[in-house]
Amino acid sequence: MNTTPIINLPPVYNKIQQHGVFPELTHDEIARYNFIASLNKHLATVVSPANKVAYEKRVKPRFRMEKGREIQNRAELKEAMKKDPQYQTWSALRRCTMEMRQQAGRSIVLRQAHRLAERAQKFNEQSKDSLVLNPNVKVPHYLTIMDNHCMPGSYHTELFKGDVSAAANYDTGLFVTTAGGLGKLTDGGGKALAVHVKTHFPHFNPKRILDIGCGLGHNTLPLAIAFPEAEVIGIDVGAPMLRYGHARAVALGIKNVKFMQLDAQFTGFESESFDWIQTTMFLHETSQKAIYGIMNEIYRMLKPNGLTLHIEQPQYTPEMDIYEQFIRDWDAYYNNEPFWSKMHDIDVKELMQTAGFKVENMLQFGARAINDNEDFTKPKAPEVEDHGRSAVWNVFGAWKI
Amino acid sequence: MINDILLSNNKSKGKRPYFMEDPAVERVMNITMAVATELAVTHERLDTIERLLEKKGLILREEIEKFEPTPEQAEQRQHWHATYIARILRIVQQELEALQQAPENNRDLEEIAEELGVS
Repeated sequence: MNTTPIINLPPVYNKIQQHGVFPELTHDEIARYNFIASLNKHLATVVSPANKVAYEKRVKPRFRMEKGREIQNRAELKEAMKKDPQYQTWSALRRCTMEMRQQAGRSIVLRQAHRLAERAQKFNEQSKDSLVLNPNVKVPHYLTIMDNHCMPGSYHTELFKGDVSAAANYDTGLFVTTAGGLGKLTDGGGKALAVHVKTHFPHFNPKRILDIGCGLGHNTLPLAIAFPEAEVIGIDVGAPMLRYGHARAVALGIKNVKFMQLDAQFTGFESESFDWIQTTMFLHETSQKAIYGIMNEIYRMLKPNGLTLHIEQPQYTPEMDIYEQFIRDWDAYYNNEPFWSKMHDIDVKELMQTAGFKVENMLQFGARAINDNEDFTKPKAPEVEDHGRSAVWNVFGAWKI
Repeated sequence: MINDILLSNNKSKGKRPYFMEDPAVERVMNITMAVATELAVTHERLDTIERLLEKKGLILREEIEKFEPTPEQAEQRQHWHATYIARILRIVQQELEALQQAPENNRDLEEIAEELGVS
């Protein structure tokens, strides 16, 4: 019998690495997450590719017949696809899995929300100076106008004093949404970045690193581990994320990291005070106004010869096929990441140049998550890319010279 | 304390998109997928129970596959299926009843309310 696998299976949820503040999960809660991860995998590998078939066989010919010409851009393509039953089914199911994932995560963490807050507080008290919260920091408009990723309450809502449930929910669910693609601690992005920097810039030895929009610090800690002599600071506006992220870092024994509640655009840090300033899957959650302000702030805070890097999904360049642009854009409108679309249209060179970086000092490279999941979870069968979800990124940045 | 049941099912800020022409179809799909999830959860729980029972030497999973119900057990089991199916297809049965019944059994409640409200 031929035992070559014909499908890739997501890892079972038990594979996730549980740390000191990780919520407790019952058998059924784990099973629910297993189902949702499997459903996501099925949608990505079986249902999503059918969109392309529907596009070629049905949508394109129909448009040609009705308009007497070809589809010219992403917007026209989107309107045409909206009428196709295959695309409707996939979209409805994908939205459904996002909502079910939120429901599943929130039902896990909210039933134990007070216990989680107490546990986080215990860890946070072990290292009081490395968590700096400031309730006067205003949550920016780009975060309050809607709830990112369909997370009710987004990153910043506190249901009671000391609440960490928003972060705990985020922490439990990322493994499900990405089918374990980011590794056991969902830190595969930060790890990939650390490896790239160490390999390609062996003489770069940052003493002070800033991670903007750090959330619960899952991509911040790999930088602190890679550069144990450096002082690493993660900033975010969401107090629940920082409280939980700091407790998580303490529980994992990482000491050279500090979490501070600050707005990326107005940090108050001294000029030329960081060697490396990082954003990881953060810029697409801001706005056109804020992104230029944030880049100016980065340039101001960066020391001469300092490095800034930004991990995002690939930019929509004219070379990118309009179908790929369209399918990558789904999350913008239907998974509540509205700036995603505009952000990926931005000319990042122009963005960085406006802030003061010189074109000749800019860099761009691809990155793939370092996934420490073993056994059957390593892809065996050929797999299509789950656009917008796959742990494959574009990194852009510059040296400040 | 917080109402975790209510909060777990909160809507996120931003208008919810509907993709199908009739939102009712999408509503039913969402409910069906939630039920499908719970079926998978039950399946995984049963799988755990079977594996634990086998590990403790109480049953062989092979015995489950080869299980032959006695005539009495078979009838009970088929009866369970019949009850279960009728329960989940209740609305189909009720729509059929509506077709079969006399018009007086299917009067509009707005109309009845008007009638009962006449002084």
